Amino acid sequence: MSSNKKNLQEELIRISGVNPRKCMRCGKCSGTCPAYDEMEYHPHQFVYMVETGDIEPLLESESLYKCLICFACVERCPRGVEPAKLVEAVRLAAIRKQGNNRLTANDIPALLDEDMPQQAIVSAFRKYTK
Amino acid sequence: MQRIGVFVCWCGSNIAGTVDVEAVSEALKREPGVVFSTNYQYMCSQAGQDIIKDAIKEHRLTGIVVCSCSPRMHEATFRKTAAAAGLNPYMVEIANIREQCSWVHKEMPIGTEKAIILGKAAVAKVNLNTPLTPGESPVTKRALVIGGGIAGIQTALDIADAGFEVDIVEKKPTIGGKMAQLDKTFPTLDCAACILTPKMVDVAQHEKIRIFSYSEVSEVKGFVGNFDVTIKKNARYVKEDLCTGCGLCTEKCPMKKCANEFNLGMDTRRAIYIPFAQAVPKVATIDPDNCNMLKNGKCGVCAKVCTAGAIDYTQKDEYIEEKYGAIVVATGFNPISMDKFDEFAYNQSKDVITSLEFERLTNAAGPTAGKLLRPSDGKHPETIVFVQCVGSRCDACAEKGKEYCSKICCMYTAKHAMLTRDKYPDTDVYVFYIDVRTPGKNFDEFYRRAVEEYGVHYIKGMVGKVSPEGDKLIVQASDLLADKQLKIEADLVVLAAAIEPDKSARSLATMLTASMDTNDFFTEAHPKLRPVESPTAGVFLSGACQGPKDIPETVSQAGAAAAKVIGLLAKDKLVGNPCVAHSNEMMCNGCSSCERVCPYGAITYEAKEFRMPDRTTLVRRIAVVNPAVCQGCGCCTVVCPSGAMDLKGFANEQIMAEVDAICK
Repeated sequence: MSSNKKNLQEELIRISGVNPRKCMRCGKCSGTCPAYDEMEYHPHQFVYMVETGDIEPLLESESLYKCLICFACVERCPRGVEPAKLVEAVRLAAIRKQGNNRLTANDIPALLDEDMPQQAIVSAFRKYTK
Repeated sequence: MQRIGVFVCWCGSNIAGTVDVEAVSEALKREPGVVFSTNYQYMCSQAGQDIIKDAIKEHRLTGIVVCSCSPRMHEATFRKTAAAAGLNPYMVEIANIREQCSWVHKEMPIGTEKAIILGKAAVAKVNLNTPLTPGESPVTKRALVIGGGIAGIQTALDIADAGFEVDIVEKKPTIGGKMAQLDKTFPTLDCAACILTPKMVDVAQHEKIRIFSYSEVSEVKGFVGNFDVTIKKNARYVKEDLCTGCGLCTEKCPMKKCANEFNLGMDTRRAIYIPFAQAVPKVATIDPDNCNMLKNGKCGVCAKVCTAGAIDYTQKDEYIEEKYGAIVVATGFNPISMDKFDEFAYNQSKDVITSLEFERLTNAAGPTAGKLLRPSDGKHPETIVFVQCVGSRCDACAEKGKEYCSKICCMYTAKHAMLTRDKYPDTDVYVFYIDVRTPGKNFDEFYRRAVEEYGVHYIKGMVGKVSPEGDKLIVQASDLLADKQLKIEADLVVLAAAIEPDKSARSLATMLTASMDTNDFFTEAHPKLRPVESPTAGVFLSGACQGPKDIPETVSQAGAAAAKVIGLLAKDKLVGNPCVAHSNEMMCNGCSSCERVCPYGAITYEAKEFRMPDRTTLVRRIAVVNPAVCQGCGCCTVVCPSGAMDLKGFANEQIMAEVDAICK
């Protein structure tokens, strides 16, 4: 793996806290995903492609923004891999690459919903700032 | 003064790779009492042992220290070597410089320093060692088998055939275990009942075997060769010696709506019942939670119809004390609860069942007389989805599943799928798998036959969600090889639930002081070389209580456990461990602290007369240790406030000398 790829891979693993090596390739994440048909790359592929370092196609893919952040894959993964967190990390990497963030801190309070998990809110902000 | 020899082992490169063995043997040469020190590549080899023997004779050694692997590995070897050269075997000390030193350190200077320190401690101890002679204890030539499934049955038969008496304790009203609930058995597809029930009958008729059914072990005392076991015989409210098993009571009992546990609650039985037609012993049992007579004192129908007069509503639990030389644990397994797997809708739909329930649904003696019908509406299912690894290989959710592979599911699912297609060729059968693991003899061929000859659809992927819609079950799953998400309209979903050890195993392990792993499977003494023995002497393991196993493996292990038991019971005397506690009667103040902490019940108190200097006598209460029962754990020496209790071979003085040597 080239050092560029390796760096990106390590960064994603660091940001997400996900260890893709734990994946046993059962596909339950993709079996459970409600946005499966919308996505070019599916949850299990995110995990696999990060593990093999094949991350560029993910960064370019629309799949990043099709993920509903419902966390069903996180809930049901038997190995605790948490694919949604990895999708989120790739999304973040894409935003960092672009170097802009359309939302300012001041805009946020008005958009908050108390019933939503914080992680989902933060993910949603990132997703819609493309 | 002792004359000590030090022998440092290289263990090939295991030790010598991280420890400078030459430096260790040089350094230990200068320790007090050491008159000879050397090192060798493999001390446990014949040549290595000869070095030790020769040195003992040549240098008139009175004690030796072997710096090598763990004493669990080769202490016995080196004790034998010493004895062969005329040295008391308890004058041998092992300094563990492999597991506790070379294997955990990476740098030579650190490893070497630690090895020298461990060697010094052992030398300091040997300086205070005294020759010990082990006692002997008799062997009760009877065995107890706990659990009456196929594992327990096979072990009991094998032990009894060798001429020893065996008792089986089974907590259910009948022996037979899980195998009695199965329909066919892989890979040859013979019917479980056809091969199991003759064995059950053999057990019942064997003159050397007694069955305590509906009973539990409630207390275990003693030690290898001499266990004292209390068996609790639960009241079944039927006199076993009178009941003929005619079954009339089970037809006349008016309490009809009791869930039938033998069919996993899929049909009902009466409050007085015989679990199944081939039950052994074939004796009725009253379920006290459902019997009107026992609950309210009204009814008594069974007593009226019983021509043998076997019904006894006043029966009480009975406690029986028995002596055994060996105990075999065969407590087996259960499928885990599916309650927490909401995604598979097990609690939402009757048509989502476990594989064991599927066994009952296809069993000729089951609730549907062997016809595969949907539990909800009794219709013939046309599309059946099998889901593998439900709760197995699941390390993210300890409260839901198990991190290990349950081992038997791949094969029984292949069996279910194949038999379904064979009997009902109009059905569509899907199996969702993560990996297909079929490494037994004729196992992979069996699985391939399910695919190639019977047309079972094996799909690599996992089911994500099952949702009941109308009378269908929508199974949403991934097909990883086609890179698709599938939605299958199924009529029946079968979950291959992970298996776990029986709940009774944990309390039994405590009673037996036998160790378990984090999943409550019993631990074997050595995973490769002593697979059917527990580390606790005299306790043996048979079947799935030690780990997931299929029937062929269980039967092999049951036979192996029996062979070990026979080997033990064939002995007339057992050589004991001389490293036992003893109490200094002059120092003992009779406080009972030691008696309270002793896990083996080895300490008793007695009144002893002491002569005083003025010729009067004084009666004092002092502790006495039974050396045959004491296992040398040392708890008593720690709690003894007066310092009267000490352990032979591990005296307080010796341990302090070791600590001093380490801290110097």
